[in-house]
Amino acid sequence: MSAVEDVVTEAPAVEAVPKRAMTLGTGTSVVVLLLLLVVPVFAKNFVIFQLTQLLYLGLAVLALNILTGGSGQFSLGQSAFYGIGAYITAVMMEQFNIPYFLCLPVAGVLCFGVGFLFGQPALRLSGVYLALATFALATAMPQLLKLNFLEKWTGGVQGLVVTKPDAPFGLKMSQDMWLYYFTLVVVLAIYIFSVNLLRSRSGRAFMAIRDNEIAASAMGVNVALYKTLAFGVSAGITGVAGGLSAIAVQFVAPDSFTITLAIQLFLGMVVGGVGWLPGSIIGAAFIIFVPNIAEGISKGLSGAVFGVLLFLVIYLVPHGARQVAILGQQFASRLRKN
Amino acid sequence: MELFTNQVLAGIATGAIYACMALAVVMIYQAIDHLNFAQGEMAMFSTFISWQLMQWGLSYWVAFLITLVLSFVAGIAIERILFKPLAKAPVLTNVAGFIALFAIINSSAGLIWDFTIKQYPTPFGSAPFLGSQLISTHQAGMIGVTVLLLLGLYFFFQYTRIGLAMRAAASVPESARLVGINTSWMIALGWGMATAIGSIAGMLIAPVVFLEPNMMGGVLIYGFAAAVLGGLTSPFGAVVGGFLVGIFENLAGTYIPGVGNELKLPIALALIISVLVVKPAGLFGRHIVKRV
Repeated sequence: MSAVEDVVTEAPAVEAVPKRAMTLGTGTSVVVLLLLLVVPVFAKNFVIFQLTQLLYLGLAVLALNILTGGSGQFSLGQSAFYGIGAYITAVMMEQFNIPYFLCLPVAGVLCFGVGFLFGQPALRLSGVYLALATFALATAMPQLLKLNFLEKWTGGVQGLVVTKPDAPFGLKMSQDMWLYYFTLVVVLAIYIFSVNLLRSRSGRAFMAIRDNEIAASAMGVNVALYKTLAFGVSAGITGVAGGLSAIAVQFVAPDSFTITLAIQLFLGMVVGGVGWLPGSIIGAAFIIFVPNIAEGISKGLSGAVFGVLLFLVIYLVPHGARQVAILGQQFASRLRKN
Repeated sequence: MELFTNQVLAGIATGAIYACMALAVVMIYQAIDHLNFAQGEMAMFSTFISWQLMQWGLSYWVAFLITLVLSFVAGIAIERILFKPLAKAPVLTNVAGFIALFAIINSSAGLIWDFTIKQYPTPFGSAPFLGSQLISTHQAGMIGVTVLLLLGLYFFFQYTRIGLAMRAAASVPESARLVGINTSWMIALGWGMATAIGSIAGMLIAPVVFLEPNMMGGVLIYGFAAAVLGGLTSPFGAVVGGFLVGIFENLAGTYIPGVGNELKLPIALALIISVLVVKPAGLFGRHIVKRV
């Protein structure tokens, strides 16, 4: 069997999403932004914490969305970059007493570097092979974080406790609320950056690669550069999300960054709609709240309920929340006509 | 030198585990062009079924055969019900489907048989094999079964009509359909066979790693590494890859300082990545050419 050479016309791994369909309209954006600004004022501290969680997980899903929805590459290894970002932030804050807002950019830049380097071998891989390599990265990460010679900084298996920052400038705000608004600002800034990135020359290059790599290279797109760039950007944003999570949860440990986390982020992307950036928040909501609901239905079978729900999503709305949003829009416009 | 030989022998013994798993991985890859991330969990579930049958008083080999048949049927059923509708969907959707399947099987096994570790019997006994302290009779038996399995598969694919039809359906589906092969059922058959092979792997591995719902985690990664090393398109390569990975793992643990049990998974990772970078088609795999 080994001598045969196959010629295969490959279908794209990810369905093409038109550029305009990747974001929200201006009106909707303003409404969502207002909601995000106002809701915490009326919420309890625990709810605010959950909203913060929603924001930074949403950010991590967004990062994966840029990689997969934008450049058509898979990753089941996002938990690794998330973990690196969280650890860099925690170590800098606790061991070197650097203020948290300075740690995040460092985490972002370093993760960008790691992602860019990992993107080098990943360049040669596509589809399933890439999923496999990143899958292996995610399973290996907790063991790498437990390494002995890093224990001086990382605290080994025990992990590190992180102090929660107070609101600055004498603002009368609970720590949770301050952290929420801080996270919101970071997430918004990165969201705007991502939208613009995908609309730029680089974004068009990503999409050309996603839709047909060979055709893209024939048109003069530097495939190698843009593929690694997408990996780097995605890893960098994931690192910032991980850093935010370390501050919010106040604790990092190797076993919080297992393959399960990577799978959750992947599911969040599928549920939110691949390539639809605002769907990232909906996907994050799915991975935070649905396991709770599943546990409510049956305690022992929560994993099974989760899996069944996922199958339902794949069958009924293969494009995730984006499809629901489009259907809703069509329904609304039909109502308006009548 | 004696240390070296001993480590190689021990490596071949552990390699048999990976070879079995890699064989199942390659089978399904041949049929559907996807890596099944739920493969390990399916094997684990089959192993639990055989354990349950033995608890009910059946002898090992009867339970073994019943499990084999049940797994084959279950594999076909999973393909027909869950994955046939996804045949035309993008890779991404399929990967999500595998993950969902993983969650469902893992959690159901946990609910039915709970998470305590169980002993699993071996039909080969666990005395030292031919007086060697390194290989037990069970491990020797495992190597034997793996080799038999490989030979069986070779004859099946090379010398039977249905094996030929399966190969045709996997490599050129359109032409296969034109000459009257039911490609859709060939895929289902591939799933059935992969699940059955996986169940054999599970039943052979269980005496070594003990039976519990998460027993296949590390084994699956090594199975993937072995399959990638041997080439995802070649069952023979998968088995060779499995043995090589086992030997490599043992030698790295002995000769590279600082590599103990903690670094086992990073080694698999490094191996997968370096193989994919240096020789993406693996040692015995076919090279696939793409066109626009």
